[in-house]
Amino acid sequence: MKMKTLLLGAAASFALAPAAMAERGSDGNVNIIYWQAPSIMNPFLSGGTKDIEAASLVIEPLGRYDPTGALVPFLAAEIPTVENGGVSEDLTTITWKIKEGLKWSDGTDFTAEDVKFTGDYCMNPEGGCAQLAKFTGVQSIDVIDPLTVKVTFGAPTPNPYGPFMGGQSPILQKAQFENCTGAAASSCTDQNFAPIGTGPFVVTDFRPNDVISLEANPHYRDPAKPAFATVNFKGGGDANAAGRAVLETGEYDYAWNLQLAPDVLAQMSEGGKGVPVAAFGTLVERIEMNMTDPSPDLPEGERATVAHPHPFLSDFNVRKALSMAIDRELLVEVGYGQAGRATCNLVPAPELYASETNTDCLVQDIEGAKALLEESGWTDSDGDGIRDKDGVKLSLLYQTSTNAVRQDFQALIKDWWSQIGVETELRNVDASVFFGGDAGSPDTFQKFYADVEMYANNFDGTDPQSYLSMYRCGNEPKPSSQWQGENINRFCNEEYDALLDELAMTGELDKRGEIAKKLNDIITKDTMTIVPLVDRGRVSAHSNSLGGVALNTWDSELWNIADWHRID
Amino acid sequence: MLTYAIRRLVLSVPTLLFISFAIFMLLQLAPGDPMAQVPLTVPPEVKEKMRQALGLGEAPLVQYWKWLVQMFWIEPQVLWDNWFGTSFSEGKLRVISWQTRSPVMDIVIQRIPQTLWVVGLSYIVGVLIALPIGIYSAYRQYSLFDQSGTFITMIGFSIPPFFTGPLLIVIFSVQLGWFPSIYDTTLVVDSWAAFKVQLQQMIMPVMVLALQTTAQLSRYMRASMLDNLNQDYVRTARAKGLSEAVVVMVHVLRNSMIPVVTVIALGVPAIFGGAIITENVFKVNGIGQLLITALFANDLPMVMTLTFIFAFLIVLFNLIADILYGVLDPRIRYD
Amino acid sequence: MTNPAPAPIVALTDKEPPREPRSQWRDVWSQFSKHKGALLGAGFLIFITLAVLLGPYVWTLDPQKLDIRNKDLRPIYTALWDSGAKVAIGHPLGTDNLGRDGLANLIAGGRASMAVGWAAMLLSLFIGTAVGVISGYFKKIDGPLMRLTDLFLSLPILPLLLVAVTLFRQPLRANFGPEGGMFILIVTVIGVTSWMPTARIVRGDVLALKEREFILAARSIGTTPFKIIQRHLLPNVLSPIMVSATLGLATAIITESALSFLGVGFPSDFPTWGKMLADAVPRMNDFPERVLLPGIMISLTVLGVNYLGDGLRDALDPRIRGR
Repeated sequence: MKMKTLLLGAAASFALAPAAMAERGSDGNVNIIYWQAPSIMNPFLSGGTKDIEAASLVIEPLGRYDPTGALVPFLAAEIPTVENGGVSEDLTTITWKIKEGLKWSDGTDFTAEDVKFTGDYCMNPEGGCAQLAKFTGVQSIDVIDPLTVKVTFGAPTPNPYGPFMGGQSPILQKAQFENCTGAAASSCTDQNFAPIGTGPFVVTDFRPNDVISLEANPHYRDPAKPAFATVNFKGGGDANAAGRAVLETGEYDYAWNLQLAPDVLAQMSEGGKGVPVAAFGTLVERIEMNMTDPSPDLPEGERATVAHPHPFLSDFNVRKALSMAIDRELLVEVGYGQAGRATCNLVPAPELYASETNTDCLVQDIEGAKALLEESGWTDSDGDGIRDKDGVKLSLLYQTSTNAVRQDFQALIKDWWSQIGVETELRNVDASVFFGGDAGSPDTFQKFYADVEMYANNFDGTDPQSYLSMYRCGNEPKPSSQWQGENINRFCNEEYDALLDELAMTGELDKRGEIAKKLNDIITKDTMTIVPLVDRGRVSAHSNSLGGVALNTWDSELWNIADWHRID
Repeated sequence: MLTYAIRRLVLSVPTLLFISFAIFMLLQLAPGDPMAQVPLTVPPEVKEKMRQALGLGEAPLVQYWKWLVQMFWIEPQVLWDNWFGTSFSEGKLRVISWQTRSPVMDIVIQRIPQTLWVVGLSYIVGVLIALPIGIYSAYRQYSLFDQSGTFITMIGFSIPPFFTGPLLIVIFSVQLGWFPSIYDTTLVVDSWAAFKVQLQQMIMPVMVLALQTTAQLSRYMRASMLDNLNQDYVRTARAKGLSEAVVVMVHVLRNSMIPVVTVIALGVPAIFGGAIITENVFKVNGIGQLLITALFANDLPMVMTLTFIFAFLIVLFNLIADILYGVLDPRIRYD
Repeated sequence: MTNPAPAPIVALTDKEPPREPRSQWRDVWSQFSKHKGALLGAGFLIFITLAVLLGPYVWTLDPQKLDIRNKDLRPIYTALWDSGAKVAIGHPLGTDNLGRDGLANLIAGGRASMAVGWAAMLLSLFIGTAVGVISGYFKKIDGPLMRLTDLFLSLPILPLLLVAVTLFRQPLRANFGPEGGMFILIVTVIGVTSWMPTARIVRGDVLALKEREFILAARSIGTTPFKIIQRHLLPNVLSPIMVSATLGLATAIITESALSFLGVGFPSDFPTWGKMLADAVPRMNDFPERVLLPGIMISLTVLGVNYLGDGLRDALDPRIRGR
């Protein structure tokens, strides 16, 4: 495909970037389009990806992840580790040293007080902070001196890089947000729309859900950066239009997250005004099997709860056969092209945690699936083309959110399943209902009133511990928890839970990797509770004249916008 | 007539209150969650805390009462303060959007210019084209003009804007490069050059929307004219020697306008409602785009306020239409 | 005293027995058949209805059958000017990006679209006309009914549909199957949210009509309100109703597509013309037929209904019929 060579080209231009540096603001204006429009510049109040990314132009964390997933210091002088003494031996504290001479965009000094304030701001019980999970286990945040701040955890924390690391927890200015803590957080419109930051740009005009105008920060720490004097950050429309504006008409310089069918994207990039770039993270499109009975005949409150195991999906062989019937390579070709890879893993990256031996599912085996069902007693006894056993028919309800690619996947998978004698009814639900946690709606993915469902999920940062802990026994959505809970499949396995406890106690990286792989294998190939389909990459596009773009799936895509510049 | 108008005005207050309550209950019943767009990486406990911070834990009636107070007591104060520099609304909580944590009315006011520019203009253009087409096609029924007019307007009406919009973009932005495919809402029209840019970016959305309006209105106009052209009074008018222009443009047109006026008046609130699909296709980001993003984000205060504003306009323009009936047709008696 | 009956006046006696009176419907038909457009429209509608009903028996390919090796085929007519185009006789209208047959989908989509369009249009026409006539004629309930209209005009359709889906999908699915249940739901919601303009327009006409002399005359001879509405009002408000019907059919087909597009419509394996059109827009450049074919079908259907409506109106209007 043509895109691959283009990707190499983009990488080459990135490598050359530093040589092309000029003085601040010399390259004029850059146009960025996000088809989901940002509604607020404060990531602590929103949690939406679009808002986190927009905010990353203005406010910065102490350290970020780079495109390889490695930690790089931003406002910190270095990344604290056990080796350099920044992280204590017992894994309960982390001490951050801040770079000297940092200034906020209003000219005042950046100090450790601001860092402490940000932590307190988010941990305020009345504020409704979206990034509270980043501060899990934090006991106290103490200012040692104006340039040193120490975070103390209540228990040993093998991965202490939750607070102040990555685009989700940037530092807010204490002087600006002092009166905005707790319940007052949402009445601070001006602060939330135009935070004072340390990043390369400053907001000049913020129109919620529409457009943000920014200009270069006069106090940015590198006097030669950013190369652009102004940013026009437009939101709205759809991925199609955003791709067209960069690749075909050249009106915009950068388009975010182009979730387009590969043939559509390839056709657009023939426009020649820009290039698509792709990178992989941890996002995995998967089919989740319901281990409980979602039958509408059960009374409300018992439906899809652990009280009633699923009539046929509780049979491992059925789950395995369903997985064997799927041709993942074809799914990738149809839905994602270069931006997808077939996978059998729940944790596809980083390398340390990815179980590379788990590849059996990659080859489609319709005959094998048939034989497996036949062996375990699922036969078509009444000749209607649908297998059954003891009066239970292999008839599934397969739900997902509304999205062109997901509907194509549904059609393909329905076809394969019909070939092995499984009947499938498809349902697609509006994403705002499907992913919403409304306990009154029967269509949320947590409630799982279907036999199988498909969606994608990933984890923040590079450590999968909390991600794998979602499938702990008892963490399932149930009526008593208002259907909140992350163990969507209602999976329950003693060995799995014991390994999770072990993982939480282990600090050594190699050992952690080993346990994580075991956990991954249990929930995928050993039990087929989760059937991963595609490791989904991120595709964005930039114009031919924009240099310095390094697509990052571990942090904000705009993480290095200070290095972006114009090339001729 | 006057007493009728006053009675209707007074009656519209309870009507609007009832409508606002019905909309509120509908939104309460609808499934959906303002946290749906928060990534799955944010754990459910945190989402629950965020919901509490938005005031979602309160009983629906309490939420409704709060909205009423904010909308009808605090927002007018803010308006008053803005006009006269007073400070009645100091420190009072306004209607706050859940997505942006900022006052809903500020965003609405920010969005009105582009919606009026694009949707309003297209409506005027549509009406101006549709009426002559409707009149002439009825007058020359089954002529070539009538047939081709019917054909084109019907095609225009039956093809949805999510097709015509991208089609125009592919032709005029991608192939020819004449017009921008993305509307710039920050453009300030202060010079001839800026005005030209504004025209260029407006022309495609206006065309798409005007096509729909024209198709619909010209059909009604034509049908209504046809009904009247065969009436006895027309024959009488011709018989007493009035010129054809006077017969058609004065006698027939005035009578034919009665149902058409309803359609035109009913369409005006829809202008303020924006054009959801067209605004999205051309990234105009007016009221329509505001409503649809709020709906998808389950931003209830925003949806509630916007639909209430539409309801207000609908009630108002229905009243205007009814009064216009009386003016245009003296036979109609309301009292 | 009895007077002898006066002798009949010669000029007033019938010279021959009266002819069998022509029935009203014969007149209607003869006027209708003179309207070429109407005949054409009606013919096309009958054709398309038969095509979507009987099509699956003639063209037996399953519209959901995936044939991934034959994906992205062009219609055979493209071979006329582009010899390099990928075409196959087995798929005269090409295939989509998953290899589903274009013709079979067009037929299946037509079935759904026509059914939704007609059902929703008739429902909204029925409600709209009833509300319009009643509130125009009976002054007492004019106010409440018009306020109800205001309420419905201001209800946003998307939350309404979501509520309807939440409340009624499961019982309807249990009784009518997943597709039948969704069909009833969508038709009802489209019908219930689109009758208001018709009602307003009909009411406006009725308000003016009921002050006319012929209604007064009818009332003075003791005609019941129901009879007045049936005999005198309805035929006179037929033309705006016909226009509403034409526009209503198009609106219903398009609203359905917008709903499917937003994910609250039919299941994804249930094609409709509107949805096929919406899905194909991103590939408009390479595969124009995928947008054009369903688009043309919608347009032609709407045009057909429009001409049929024109003809019917002319035929049913006694003032035009005589000439």
